[in-house]
Amino acid sequence: MDPKTYKFDTLSLHAGYQPSKNAGSRQIPIYQTTSYMFDDVDHAAALFNLERGGHIYSRMSNPTVQVLEERVCALEGGTAALATASGMSAIFLTIMTLCNAGDHMVVSSQLYGGTVNLFRLTLPKFGIKTTFVKPRDTEGFKKAIQPNTKGIFGELVGNPGNELMNMPEVSKIAKEAGIPLIIDSTYQTPYLCRPFEHGADLVVHSLTKWMSGNGSSMAGILVEGGTFDWMQNDKFPSMTEPYEGYHGLSFAEEFGPTAFTMMARAEGMRDMGPCLAPQNAWNILHGIETLSLRMEKHCSNALKMVDYLSNHESVAWVSHASAPGHPDKELAEKILPKGTGSMIAFGIKGGKEAGAAFINNVKLASHLANVGDARTLVIHPASATHSQMDEATLKFAGLSHDMIRLSVGLEDFEDIVNDFEDGFRAAKKPRLVANK
Amino acid sequence: MKFKVRGIDTFASTGGRPFDKNKPLIVFVHGSGLSHMVWVLQTRYFAFRGYSVLAVDLPGHGLSSGESLKTIEEMGNWVGDAIEAVGCKQASLVGHSQGCLVTMECVAQHSKKIKTLTLMGGASAIPMNPELLSLAEESNPKAVDLMMDFAHGPAGHFGGHPVPGLYHLNVGSMIVQNKEIKDTLGVDFRACDNYKNGPEIAKNLNLPTLSILGAQDRMCRLKDGKILADYIKGSEVHVIENCGHMMLLEEADQTLEILKKFILKNDPIK
Repeated sequence: MDPKTYKFDTLSLHAGYQPSKNAGSRQIPIYQTTSYMFDDVDHAAALFNLERGGHIYSRMSNPTVQVLEERVCALEGGTAALATASGMSAIFLTIMTLCNAGDHMVVSSQLYGGTVNLFRLTLPKFGIKTTFVKPRDTEGFKKAIQPNTKGIFGELVGNPGNELMNMPEVSKIAKEAGIPLIIDSTYQTPYLCRPFEHGADLVVHSLTKWMSGNGSSMAGILVEGGTFDWMQNDKFPSMTEPYEGYHGLSFAEEFGPTAFTMMARAEGMRDMGPCLAPQNAWNILHGIETLSLRMEKHCSNALKMVDYLSNHESVAWVSHASAPGHPDKELAEKILPKGTGSMIAFGIKGGKEAGAAFINNVKLASHLANVGDARTLVIHPASATHSQMDEATLKFAGLSHDMIRLSVGLEDFEDIVNDFEDGFRAAKKPRLVANK
Repeated sequence: MKFKVRGIDTFASTGGRPFDKNKPLIVFVHGSGLSHMVWVLQTRYFAFRGYSVLAVDLPGHGLSSGESLKTIEEMGNWVGDAIEAVGCKQASLVGHSQGCLVTMECVAQHSKKIKTLTLMGGASAIPMNPELLSLAEESNPKAVDLMMDFAHGPAGHFGGHPVPGLYHLNVGSMIVQNKEIKDTLGVDFRACDNYKNGPEIAKNLNLPTLSILGAQDRMCRLKDGKILADYIKGSEVHVIENCGHMMLLEEADQTLEILKKFILKNDPIK
């Protein structure tokens, strides 16, 4: 006897939506509205006071966005989710729900540049400080924990250097300390890894990337695993003590495995309001319908690309967890058995000038500040996504000036290679290219 | 709120309002392996409308201490003691699934304390599938997956939780899995399987009673829910279409509306 609950591919097409409750519409309607009619005064009061479910105002929730939230939640194996305007707003909302002024976070050093700046420069304005730890320094995460530490945050596969954080081991450290582990799983998507199965408590995504795949829309999401016991210690008073904003409600007592998301919505969306536009939610939902198919092709193209780059005379080094000799290969095989994703970092011989020439001369690959598009993308992080970092921070984050970040797309592999050959040819003559 | 029943720390949600023993009391009793958290879309409404509510965590469940009680009879008696422990003389009872057996047993043992009875997804007996019972007693997580599969109707399997962002299959699953499965779900399933008093008690019930049934309930089938309602003299019956066993989540609004009318009629605020 086996459960007949729906599996991954089915959930990616159907979770969170019932046509019978939407005029029989097979496609998910776009509820382009700001607000929702109340039945009567009693109904309005009940909705505002979290006595019953439903929608009030699209800053807090929206029926189209709700489908996206449930769908991602189902795919991740979580209990609740909250979609936001972007991946960065999902991270900000998560930290602002978790921390108060005077609190501290332990954070992996290898992150998207915007996330580094959030922890390094912006959160201190709110009295929240951070200790950065290199992703492979598992013991370092333990040593960095202070009495006021409220969580550990990291990207499983770090951007852009592709160093892995040992999520199962770091999770044990977080559990011993009684704090949640938060994983930015944008690079993996739930198709490659479901972090809750490896000890994470909260997951955030930029849905703008592989989950969407079409490069049309910004979106982010916070997903809760339902496993973290907020009442195990006195570290999280805003979750466990009566909250004045809802007549003394204790979110942990009342909502248990969905408490964090309920609070993030009730307080965070109410007060900060980084809500997702329903049109964008709809666009992302379209992408998710083909997530499995796309991720398979992304990963197979990436494997071929790693082989091609590793044997290329113009390439100094290649970093991808599938590459022979990669320090995290064994860990990757354990927690990313379906593939290690389509992000590759490589060093081009000739350094920064050669890198610039390469990027200026590829035609098929798009030079832009995004990853996870269906199309192949390239960028030189030191002069773009991570350009606001000083030399020391760049080094600590594992960046070098010869690094090119490649997001492998779904094009025919031979066409990507032909394009790259043009780039490598030009990179051999950087001065000529620079002056043309 | 934490209080003691028989000297053991017990937790009950009061629906977000301070408990007041002078207000009419409604006690909500959860199903197998679950906790007070399943009632959030019913309890808060009544708590903010002049009632005191207690969504209890049975011993060993949710935030309550102690070991799980091993028989439905013990659980029914415990609910009666819990009402007394908070200083109340009477209460309306609302049970879901196993909670229906528990609340019926409570009425049988503490008849003077109970004003009304609401049975959601109930049956006069809940015999367990032997394989499911064994899996639960072995703490096998597959028992929880099977329970979530059976507990949700075809529509519920797609999701569509009334509270935006919640995915109810996994919510129920995590409530059960946050405890040792054999100590809660295993004990509860065995208690349900052993319980045989249902038909006799139901025939002797003499208080306002409401049955809320899911048309596509696979845990306690609609026909079994109707048989139970037929045993009970004057029982009101409401069938929610396109809904499985977890009507309190799958169709929370309809469930609340039906319950609201019944409680306001039979246990009004004076």
